[in-house]
Amino acid sequence: MTTDTLISVRGLTKKFDGMATHALNGVSADIHKGEVVFVIGPSGSGKSTFLRCLNLLEEPTSGTILFEGADITDKKTDINLHRRKMGMVFQQFNLFPHMSIMKNLTIAPMKLLKLSREEAEQTARELLARVGLSDRADAYPNQLSGGQKQRIAIVRALCMKPDVMLFDEPTSALDPEMVGEVLTVMRELAEENMTMVVVTHEMAFAKEVATRVIFMDNGSIVEENTPKELFENPQSDRLKSFLAKII
Amino acid sequence: MADWIENFQNRFYLNFIKDDRWQYITRGLWTTIQITVFAVLLGIAIGFLVAVIRSTHDKTGKMVIPNFICRVYLTVIRGTPVVVQLLIIYFGIFASVNIGKMIVAVIAFGINSGAYVAEIVRSGIMSIDKGQFEAGRSLGFNYVQTMVHIIMPQAFKNVLPALGNELIVLLKETSVSGYIAMEDLTKGGDIIRSRTYDAMMPLLAVALIYLVIVMLLEFAVGKLERRLRNSDH
Ligand SMILES: Nc1ncnc2c1ncn2[C@@H]1O[C@H](COP(=O)(O)OP(=O)(O)OP(=O)(O)O)[C@@H](O)[C@H]1O
Ligand SMILES: [Mg+2]
Repeated sequence: MTTDTLISVRGLTKKFDGMATHALNGVSADIHKGEVVFVIGPSGSGKSTFLRCLNLLEEPTSGTILFEGADITDKKTDINLHRRKMGMVFQQFNLFPHMSIMKNLTIAPMKLLKLSREEAEQTARELLARVGLSDRADAYPNQLSGGQKQRIAIVRALCMKPDVMLFDEPTSALDPEMVGEVLTVMRELAEENMTMVVVTHEMAFAKEVATRVIFMDNGSIVEENTPKELFENPQSDRLKSFLAKII
Repeated sequence: MADWIENFQNRFYLNFIKDDRWQYITRGLWTTIQITVFAVLLGIAIGFLVAVIRSTHDKTGKMVIPNFICRVYLTVIRGTPVVVQLLIIYFGIFASVNIGKMIVAVIAFGINSGAYVAEIVRSGIMSIDKGQFEAGRSLGFNYVQTMVHIIMPQAFKNVLPALGNELIVLLKETSVSGYIAMEDLTKGGDIIRSRTYDAMMPLLAVALIYLVIVMLLEFAVGKLERRLRNSDH
């Protein structure tokens, strides 16, 4: 583990109750500061499970995950403190429908980081401006389009000033014409050297933005490489057939 | 016709005006309202606690013993008549304690209502998408904070109409308070009956008062339901 390693995963396995096979079969990976790692693979290959284990939304069956040097799989570690530094964006947005957008963005910084309302709203306004939604601060989530909701969800995570952002198929629930606006925000984040782990089916976007692509199948990492190498020069048969199917 | 009107006037005088008998009704109504309001507050407090314990157990598998106690409570309370519960609490549990009947009634009806509120609130918590919970946890809120800031406000809003209905049910159920010699609205009418030997007029008056209150509450609940359904958030 080098000094710029942010997340270090070793031997991660996950077996869901009632499932015959493992969703993850001993996955090991390092995520370094400033990397934009895309995770691709067929449906059911364990991409979401892998991502959700990184902030323990899913409890691993075995294996260790070091985040900023701390073993978060250790029961004695207070995961809530580490989750503040790991923003997560969901396929279904999961904005809080009973709160205005501004409240969605400021509740966690105010309650958890103990920021004053002024400080929290200041940060929220700056980030809202960056995603082009300054005028929606007082709206409620269900007054927004899907693309707007997802941009707000990204901002909500960013308001905690995280060290890494985890995305689980952030554009899969969107109408096609709204995908672009969300990808634009993600592209800008990547350009600002935010560390990102992105599960997606948007191969063109992965090719363009990723610094590294991980291909998963059957709960294992089959291949990982730079996007250029991985897409243009796949080694394993499984990756070859996966790429052949999606193009 | 004139006879009928005069007869009515006489009975009205006898049942309500003479000896200020109307005060049995007004004092009884006031007692009924007090029991109902305090019991519903107690019921909501108990109900929320039980609902949180039950759904925490459902979600995480923790709190095995508190969950077991809650289930026994729900089974017993919902499986026995409220009058019997009231009698047991008054003559059994508080028999040797010098405690006001009002407090006993509030405790008994509160404990009873809590069981129904608990299941209403639990269904409200369960109806919240699990993504809400995950979003809260992913920001760094712990379990309790996520419940307090994110899940409960939404669950509460969803179940407000059902809680309004529980209030209506409870109001009517307090009419058995006479079993522990409380002079609530029903008992007030019954006392007049025993003085005047006229059953219809005082008891119909009592029924009418319940009906008016229930209709007012139903109107309020309906309005609330429509407002919640139409609201943007
Ligand atoms: N909560 C759960 N309970 C039981 N099994 C689960 C659960 N979540 C995922 N699984 C199973 O684990 C395996 C991996 O699922 P996962 O969601 O990680 O796949 P994925 O690669 O994200 O797929 P997709 O592209 O469809 O989102 C699948 O077989 C899935 O059915
Ligand atoms: Mg998935």
